[in-house]
Amino acid sequence: MDIYLVEAIINGILLGGVLALLALGLNLIFGVVDVVWIAYAEMVMVGMYVIYWLHAYYGWPLPLACLVAVIGVGLLGILVHLLIIQPILGSAPINQLLATGGLLFFLQSFATLLFGTDFRNIGLRMPIIEIGDIFISFSRLIAFCVALAGAVILYFFLSRTHIGTAIRAISQDREIMGLMGVDERKVYVITSAVGGSLAGLAACLLVLQYDVHPFIGLSFGPITFMICVLGGLGNMIGGFVAAFLMSQIISVGGYYFSIELSYVFAFLFFIVLMFIRPQGILAK
Amino acid sequence: MLQLAGVSAGYGSFQALFDVSLDVGAGEAVGVIGPNGAGKTTLMRVISGMLPVRAGRIDLEGRALAGMPAHRVIGEGIAHVPENRRLFPGLTVEENLRMGAYIPSARQHVRERLEWVYELFPRLKERRDQIAGTLSGGEQQMCAIGRALMSKPKILLMDEPSAGLAPLVVQQVFGLVRRIREEGFTVLIVEQNVQQVLEVVDRAYLLEVGRIRLSGSAEELKNNDFVRQAYMGI
Ligand SMILES: Nc1ncnc2c1ncn2[C@@H]1O[C@H](COP(=O)(O)OP(=O)(O)O)[C@@H](O)[C@H]1O
Ligand SMILES: [Mg+2]
Repeated sequence: MDIYLVEAIINGILLGGVLALLALGLNLIFGVVDVVWIAYAEMVMVGMYVIYWLHAYYGWPLPLACLVAVIGVGLLGILVHLLIIQPILGSAPINQLLATGGLLFFLQSFATLLFGTDFRNIGLRMPIIEIGDIFISFSRLIAFCVALAGAVILYFFLSRTHIGTAIRAISQDREIMGLMGVDERKVYVITSAVGGSLAGLAACLLVLQYDVHPFIGLSFGPITFMICVLGGLGNMIGGFVAAFLMSQIISVGGYYFSIELSYVFAFLFFIVLMFIRPQGILAK
Repeated sequence: MLQLAGVSAGYGSFQALFDVSLDVGAGEAVGVIGPNGAGKTTLMRVISGMLPVRAGRIDLEGRALAGMPAHRVIGEGIAHVPENRRLFPGLTVEENLRMGAYIPSARQHVRERLEWVYELFPRLKERRDQIAGTLSGGEQQMCAIGRALMSKPKILLMDEPSAGLAPLVVQQVFGLVRRIREEGFTVLIVEQNVQQVLEVVDRAYLLEVGRIRLSGSAEELKNNDFVRQAYMGI
């Protein structure tokens, strides 16, 4: 068997883990608050800059910088909800898109203003693991494992806690949440914090592998959004599956053709499936 | 225990309740009957805080409830089994019951409450891990009532628990209502099934186009000519 193909498949799986994490966060917010955070990948970018800043510039230990990013982007999620989303909760979806879209441009310009358009790297060199003839990047492997761990923690949070059950219930019947004693506004704030923290966690994983620059969000935002729609917006399991499908197309397509062309394939796959399964790949 | 005085409420420019006064004593079961569109559901929603009061007072054991949001009213001791059951269809039976014990005072006792509800309704225990959306109509009603009981309310509001169920299941649901009464709960129940509900309540009110038209003991209403002709087809 072609070992380069095996390598491409493995890299696809590893990439899928991080994309799945992003999709989980976006789906969580959409399922609960019923708003699409168009600027989600830009929040990841903020987290990456936080880590770069604290670690490469101020010399903080990387794990501590990562922790600050997770908490900081979680807090940013709360701010985004309270300042931008909550005031327009009842308004037309197009206005909500414009508002979170506006946040996207704001964060991009803000980062450009602060850091310029340079590509910045935390300068971490991680080993390459060799298994037989196959080479795997250690940073990608760590990113995958942490992403999976994040997904498992999220699963337990949603299935085993009272607030997690309320988060799952709210998308099923918003109107009667009050009768259960649930203050919807609090659930929205908590969900936004969790969604933000997931973006912060994704930032930790991406900063290991990629340079950060003000437009890095564009490399992940559109694909994450496509994954969520492919899996059925708000459907966490669908998004999880779709992440691994898309990452395989990108990785294996990149092996046979080129990475640019593989994104074209992923997009074509998305369009075709939208015609066949407009409600998402797992829709009944 | 629960007192409404001169309550008005509505939707936008439409007024659905006019000057409604009623009271429910501790340990009593009180019915509200009336035709479709009379405002029965609106009355329940106003009491549980889902809909704001436009005028009048609502008091529970002397504490004013008017203006309180729904998520605080349940903490005061009012649980509401909504019209059409409204279970969370994608959650399991047990998760639905747990949602009923969301308020902090109930959350502390969630295990014993679950045991207690399972003892009351053993069928729910058999189905505890089943997805609620796949239950039969009668079981769903049982789960909806169980969910409301999880907060150990002072008063239980039930909005047409027998609606949309097969005749045999309707019998079972009224059996459940009797059981809850025997447990000592105070109950305010809305029904279109007039004949049956008058068998389980102490007193009842007749609501028509948003106003209380008649009230009296179950016996009085059963023998009232107007009620018999208009609502029991006799
Ligand atoms: N959400 C709503 N918006 C506007 N009007 C409503 C709404 N819900 C009920 N109504 C109106 O209020 C009146 C009373 O309805 P409801 O309380 O549901 O009656 P009942 O439960 O006795 O059948 C009806 O005329 C109904 O059309
Ligand atoms: Mg009704």
